[in-house]
Amino acid sequence: MEFIKFRDVEKTYKNGVNAVYDMNLEIKKGEFVFIIGASGSGKSTLIKMLYREEKPSKGEIYVGGVNVAKVKNSKVYKLRRKIGIVFQDYKLLPKLTVYENVAFALEIYGLPTEEVRKKVLKALDLVGLKSRTKSYPDQLSGGEQQRVAIARAIVNSPKLLICDEPTGNLDPDTSLEVMKVIEKINDLGTTIVMATHDREMVNKMKKRVVLLDNGKLVKDYEKGSYSSYESN
Amino acid sequence: MVNWLKIMRKEVIVVMKAIRIFLRNIRDGFKSVGRNLSLSIASISCITITLLIVATAIVVSYNVENMTKLIREDFTIVTFINTSATDEQIKDLEDEIKKYKNVESIEHETKTQIADEMKNTSDDLANIIDTWSEETNPLYDTLLVKVKDTEKISDTAKQIEKLELVEDVKYGKEMVEELLVVFKFLEKAMIVAMIALVLVTLFLITNTIKITIFSRKREIEIMRLVGASNFSIKQPFVIEGLCLGFLGSLIPVGVTLYGYSALYEHFGGQLFSPFIKLVEAEPFIYVVSIVLIGLGIVVGMFGSYRAVRKYLKI
Repeated sequence: MEFIKFRDVEKTYKNGVNAVYDMNLEIKKGEFVFIIGASGSGKSTLIKMLYREEKPSKGEIYVGGVNVAKVKNSKVYKLRRKIGIVFQDYKLLPKLTVYENVAFALEIYGLPTEEVRKKVLKALDLVGLKSRTKSYPDQLSGGEQQRVAIARAIVNSPKLLICDEPTGNLDPDTSLEVMKVIEKINDLGTTIVMATHDREMVNKMKKRVVLLDNGKLVKDYEKGSYSSYESN
Repeated sequence: MVNWLKIMRKEVIVVMKAIRIFLRNIRDGFKSVGRNLSLSIASISCITITLLIVATAIVVSYNVENMTKLIREDFTIVTFINTSATDEQIKDLEDEIKKYKNVESIEHETKTQIADEMKNTSDDLANIIDTWSEETNPLYDTLLVKVKDTEKISDTAKQIEKLELVEDVKYGKEMVEELLVVFKFLEKAMIVAMIALVLVTLFLITNTIKITIFSRKREIEIMRLVGASNFSIKQPFVIEGLCLGFLGSLIPVGVTLYGYSALYEHFGGQLFSPFIKLVEAEPFIYVVSIVLIGLGIVVGMFGSYRAVRKYLKI
């Protein structure tokens, strides 16, 4: 049973740009999928539709059995609570400490303080930042900030982790560190969808690779790499 | 029974969650006043200044209104009764006038009473009046009529004038009518000024808070991304607006409490002449303070609410 399903999805922006069309894609539970493609190929649009930041113009998108395209604006938050999202620019709140940044995602559900503390520390432990709880984001390196963002994304144990170019701002060594953390989360059973430009990383990871070109899905490899489509 | 308990437990958990979220939002609301200190101070001083103006407007307009009321209460139609009228006829006349809708009260002053009053004003006058007897007293018996609606005072006066045995009617026609025009204008001007001020306050505060919140667009964006409902995003901002409004009203309240009391003491409760009485300080300043705090809080909350709402539409 597929966890994510795109059926005949098309997205045309108001300015007439056709970002995604004829999209049919299925992702199983627990899979790790790279979405690759040149800038403007529709990666970001695809990802944004997954967490309902954008609405598809046509077609259906199912995430865990829910048709995301039909979720009302006022109910989007219910979907977001089941999904973790990581961005290239981390999106941490600079005036909150590491602990508060992660706890933030749980407090809005009204969890008891003790439970919040347990979950936050567990998530920070998973990303290897348990010792930095009292630091502020600007006291951390880029890799550490991204790991805080990952901790925030997974603190609520979501079934799906969406990553939009998570290593885009990081050097290769730090990227690898972050990828290891994400792989660890995948091993714990979370489905991962990651848009990336990082050729080296994709080649190294040997995961499923979906290639987009001009808004269309052109290649879909199990255990693929950048080189496998380049050579074709 | 067991089922019922299970259902109730669920309800209790939901209520507990809501309470926890609410308490956290209060905490965050207060925290962010401190965290965004410079912008908070901007908002607070904006509220302070506008509320100071509003406080002044309230004090002035209430005093003008009070003055108007006092002067209006003094408006009297003096009805002079024909000397041939017997006591009984005067009594009948009194009853007749009392039936008029616009008549508030009526008082009969006999010519002897008036003569006695006049005696008190000067010794010379007293010497002359002492020579009068009951029959030679040249004064008229009068009925002092007070009206409910001073704007209709001339109509009522005309009505009384037509009655039998009424010799003449006096109510300072011209002066009264002129004063009425002035009062009417003053009242309208005050209302317009107050409404304009409140609108300006609202506009200024909404804008200042909008700037405060604009700098926190990112925060709202992230809240949405991690799954905060629109309601729980709004709540801390609205509570923050409440804090800002309350803090902004403190100085105006202080100025009202101490300033007006000092003013009242200084002028001895009257302005320029004993006719113009100031509103007594005691209950008045407390009422104004409550109005100011209420206004600050409502405007702060409303401003925040409107400002956040802008960023929640997607």
